[in-house]
Amino acid sequence: MIGEGTHSTNQRRHNYVQENVEVGFFTDPTVCIGCKACEVACKEWNEVPDDGFTWSGNSYDNTGHLGASTWRHVLFLEQDRQKGNQVVGSHSLGNGDGEDPFRWVFLSDVCKHCEEAGCLEACPTGSIVRTEVGSVLVQNDVCNGCGYCVVSCPFGVLDRRPEPLRDAGGAFKCTFCYDRQKSGLVPACAKVCPTESIVFGRLDDLRARATQRVQELRQHGYDDAQLYDPQETSVRGIHAFFLILGEPEAYGLPPKPQVPTIHLKSAWTAAFATAIASIIATLVAFAFSS
Amino acid sequence: MDAPASEKRLEQLREKARQEGVVPGRGVDVIGGPIPRKPGYYGEGVVKPPVWTWEVPLYFFFGGIAGMSAVIALAALLFHHVDLARAAMWLAAIAGAILSPLLLIMDLGRPHLFLNMLRVFKPRSPMSMGAWILTAFGACAVPGLIALELHAHQIFPGTLDQLLSFAAGIFIFGAAIFGPLLATYTGVLIGATAIPAWFLHRTLLPIHFGTAGLGSAAALLELLGHRIPALNLMGFYAAAVETALLIWLSVAKHGAADRAIHEHGSGWLVRIGEVLNGPLALLLRFFGFIPWAAISFLVGALVSRFGWIAVGKVSGADPEAVFASQR
Repeated sequence: MIGEGTHSTNQRRHNYVQENVEVGFFTDPTVCIGCKACEVACKEWNEVPDDGFTWSGNSYDNTGHLGASTWRHVLFLEQDRQKGNQVVGSHSLGNGDGEDPFRWVFLSDVCKHCEEAGCLEACPTGSIVRTEVGSVLVQNDVCNGCGYCVVSCPFGVLDRRPEPLRDAGGAFKCTFCYDRQKSGLVPACAKVCPTESIVFGRLDDLRARATQRVQELRQHGYDDAQLYDPQETSVRGIHAFFLILGEPEAYGLPPKPQVPTIHLKSAWTAAFATAIASIIATLVAFAFSS
Repeated sequence: MDAPASEKRLEQLREKARQEGVVPGRGVDVIGGPIPRKPGYYGEGVVKPPVWTWEVPLYFFFGGIAGMSAVIALAALLFHHVDLARAAMWLAAIAGAILSPLLLIMDLGRPHLFLNMLRVFKPRSPMSMGAWILTAFGACAVPGLIALELHAHQIFPGTLDQLLSFAAGIFIFGAAIFGPLLATYTGVLIGATAIPAWFLHRTLLPIHFGTAGLGSAAALLELLGHRIPALNLMGFYAAAVETALLIWLSVAKHGAADRAIHEHGSGWLVRIGEVLNGPLALLLRFFGFIPWAAISFLVGALVSRFGWIAVGKVSGADPEAVFASQR
């Protein structure tokens, strides 16, 4: 948290991997300044290729969405709502009664590292694993690029990296800087975040801190502040959770994400029933006409 | 004095918005203007559409034919249609043990690592189960075909031939067990995903893929010259089931959540496919145009496989579909 200096969990060197302690990210858009240092730090440390040099025209967001070569993505929301009781500046476009009708929200999106991870369940090679710190990791050297995790992620995080980029053909996403964490280092994005909008630390600590932060914001007039951590759906919570202002849809976040394995039972039942029906139909057809 | 170009552009956009609602294109999704904003976050997809290309729907098609051919082969053997059994086993082996693995490997991002598919056995992953089912099917269909052919041509004498006939029976029985699973698991594969138009039809998909596989196998054997009443009856059965599925699909609509099936090019592909292998195939067969019914069914089964993958691409890129499926 701000003011903790070198004692902040974002700066302190600590080996959670050896302790088998669950860690997480808490991302707070109310202190994000939209500098995109997290995107840059992630790319530099993990040697992630560029994700295209295109102007989207969507506010200051030219990154678009998470993908094989985008592991951190800063969203820029322009909303026709006030941001709490923010001080009105001379830039105000309001109707003159002193109210600023617009707000600009930045949020650094990342892989959620789900408690029940669709990608992890779907992976047929065992390339995707759960690490000691509870994060979900794609082992690049095992992945054969079948693409099934891409359609199994309820958040649209994973993608297959196209040619001619390096390591093309495999599925990629945020590694939670597993390599850094093994050496007791903080993930690159959290380390570099100048306002500690991205906080890295023990999952239980972060959840407590996030709840406190929401209460604090609500007291200060941010009436629509809420936590995005879907613990009541089949995803059963995420290890990289967010504080959001307003509805999750505006951030491109699914309101009730579900892990696709909940569909297995009904789909396999239909499959077995069809298999048996086909065998019976064939035998009956032959018996009937001979 | 003329308005600046940017003002003219703005007027154009306003006019377009007034007529058509949300305006596609870059830089038009801004706050405070009269132009309706895109859904979600600048209209960006919430889930990711499948990366699969033409190999996958073609695999669904051939995998379905292969799997169900093995069932026909077993029934043909039981009812002493040895020539039909041989033809069906050739189909099973070529489509199931050569074409299917080839197409699947071609679709991988890293084809040289295809053997990693057999690194783990994960019942909760339909992709993993599919890899094992295909492997088991190939391991039954190929030796089954070889044993059957050796037996049919009486290559070896006496006891050895009896042994071969026994082996052929065992292997073909195995292929007929794994075959229907090969034809139906593909429906589970795309049904148990995060793509709204797919998972909303997770019970329909395995029924469709399996039945389309059965009808295609029977149709292909008919076109290869095996015009027997049993295959005709199976053709009736498959086309009748597909007709029922077409009705089900038209009745069980989920609004914006599965609009990819009812709108767009993807919707047309699915519906054209379903009409061809459903009512049209049924009618043609009813009036005795058996080869035409067979062709109609095969084309329909192929088109609808491509249609369902196209549906996934459209539905996966549509944020409103995801929101609607979760409300």
